[in-house]
Amino acid sequence: MTGRLRPALLAAIATLAMVGCSSGPATPTPSPSSSNPNPSPTATGPGASQSPSATGTPTPSASSTGLVSSECQKANLATKTDGRLTIGTDNPAYPPWWGGTPPNGSDWSLGFPPSGQGFESAIAGAVATALGYTSDEIDWTPVAFKQSYAPGPKPFDFYLAQVSYSAKRAQAVDMSDSYYDVNQALVALTSNPIASVTTVAGLKDFKLGAPVGTTSYDTITNVIQPSQDPSAFNDQNEAVKALKNGQIDGIVVDLPSAFYMRDAQLTGKNTTGVIVGQFPTPATGQEYFSLVLKKGSSLTSCVNEAIALIRSTGVWQSIYAEWLADKASAPAFQ
Amino acid sequence: MNGRRGSHLFGGVQDSAAKSVGVAALSTVVVFAVLGYLIVNTPGWTEFQQGFFDSGEFSRSLPSIGAAFLVNIKLFLLAEVFILVLALLLAVMRSLDGPVFLPFRIISVVYTDFFRGVPGILIVYVLGFGIPSLQIPGVTIDPFFWALVALILVYSAYVAEVYRAGIDSVHSSQNAAARSLGLSRAQALRYVVLPQAVRRVIPPLLNDFIGLQKDTALVSFLGVVEAFQRANIISAGDFNFTPYAATAVFFLIITVPMARFVDWLVARDRRRQMAGAGAR
Repeated sequence: MTGRLRPALLAAIATLAMVGCSSGPATPTPSPSSSNPNPSPTATGPGASQSPSATGTPTPSASSTGLVSSECQKANLATKTDGRLTIGTDNPAYPPWWGGTPPNGSDWSLGFPPSGQGFESAIAGAVATALGYTSDEIDWTPVAFKQSYAPGPKPFDFYLAQVSYSAKRAQAVDMSDSYYDVNQALVALTSNPIASVTTVAGLKDFKLGAPVGTTSYDTITNVIQPSQDPSAFNDQNEAVKALKNGQIDGIVVDLPSAFYMRDAQLTGKNTTGVIVGQFPTPATGQEYFSLVLKKGSSLTSCVNEAIALIRSTGVWQSIYAEWLADKASAPAFQ
Repeated sequence: MNGRRGSHLFGGVQDSAAKSVGVAALSTVVVFAVLGYLIVNTPGWTEFQQGFFDSGEFSRSLPSIGAAFLVNIKLFLLAEVFILVLALLLAVMRSLDGPVFLPFRIISVVYTDFFRGVPGILIVYVLGFGIPSLQIPGVTIDPFFWALVALILVYSAYVAEVYRAGIDSVHSSQNAAARSLGLSRAQALRYVVLPQAVRRVIPPLLNDFIGLQKDTALVSFLGVVEAFQRANIISAGDFNFTPYAATAVFFLIITVPMARFVDWLVARDRRRQMAGAGAR
């Protein structure tokens, strides 16, 4: 599926970028695919949502093309390297956010960001294309999460690694509009009693864990408010290890990552995973992922324009359909 | 050093003492003023200060990090007890003479080489994630327990070497004299060699103890939320590194008094040695 859709998608984005110079009507054609394209409302920013349960909706049309404004086009952007865009993400690059296979000798692990495969790789590529960069004008660089918000010069023009927006975080860095509205979910082993819990209150007495420094961990402490101290793991793999060992009863992660855990990491004979449920939208508002940029970066308004563009032209919806649509539905906790 | 400066200050002529104090004060003020001026006037100072030493962030994170620091305290106090015993055992095993004790010496050498040479984090992972994955009935899977065991294993290797240095530093004539008085090999070790050896190595022992305190942060790799991991959580939530500064304060509160205590021990030891054996 991916192999068939991707070239069409890139062609569509490229078309978008090219017609940007003329003012004629654009006719990019995001390829309809056999999967459910599951489009998102075209709204951008905090209010947008993915409507996870939608099925069978028609392929969005990308004919209503606005292009990024001239000051946001490649020639006018002050990037780290003139004429090139440097994009950073965490290493290992976890599916389904990052796909592809790192070639031998590559520093990348799990996913291969330059591949264009995986949701975030495709989104980053689409944003770059909208700004006028071809794929060989993009430099990909591994950046540890902490490095992304360290004060001082950044090793990237923008960074994306499932970083959720918060007002507090936005004091230290620039954070873009939403490129994905995220829900948190709970993963467990089918053999654990927690697997049959259907309410948030029912989770209170279990030992839970999440990757450190994530909004998933905050979900445990703020939403579940468990009776046992939750564990915080430095890495998703370590959380999975602890789950398999029985050291924790459940892991809270974002929903697409929960699918990856269930389908790729918890497939052993005695360690079959299950997505127990997803959490309701927090009272503080819909959680969403942002691109991270240096505080006060001149690029921020431009990547926001690019995100708005790819959403309004249907590119976003095609990427979503390709990488995440089948990872959107799970029972909701009451 | 303390002792020397002290004797110079109070033993010298009054004028020269006053002059030394003046020079010391002036040079201290100048050096720190220049350093402070240079740092504060670097181009990124404001950003640096907000990122690492934000006062609001500091006071917000202090209480929860303090609560988590209790985990570190519990860990290093428990670990130290077992380390001191296990390391002494290893050191004694290694210092045993005679062909019949060769296997003990081999065990001790291999143990020390291995646990001192391997990064502690590997031991923490293997015990904390590896042993629970074996699913042995009746064996705990508690990460705190296995982190404790890992720290004991690793630090015993270091501390055993400290003990061994102490034992080696006791002149062999002490042992010979003890044996000639009719003490058995074990008695000579217990009543003559070890008391002198241990007393000599108390400063380096405390040094390793301070190292242990900081390495309790390794338990965070198993998911246990101690002070450092709590700082990680707050830091990543707020995109600010100040929580680590708050963590540092707790470690300093414990380690600085201990460092001064070690200094005092060293100074006292030197005084006693200067005074000659008769003083004891």
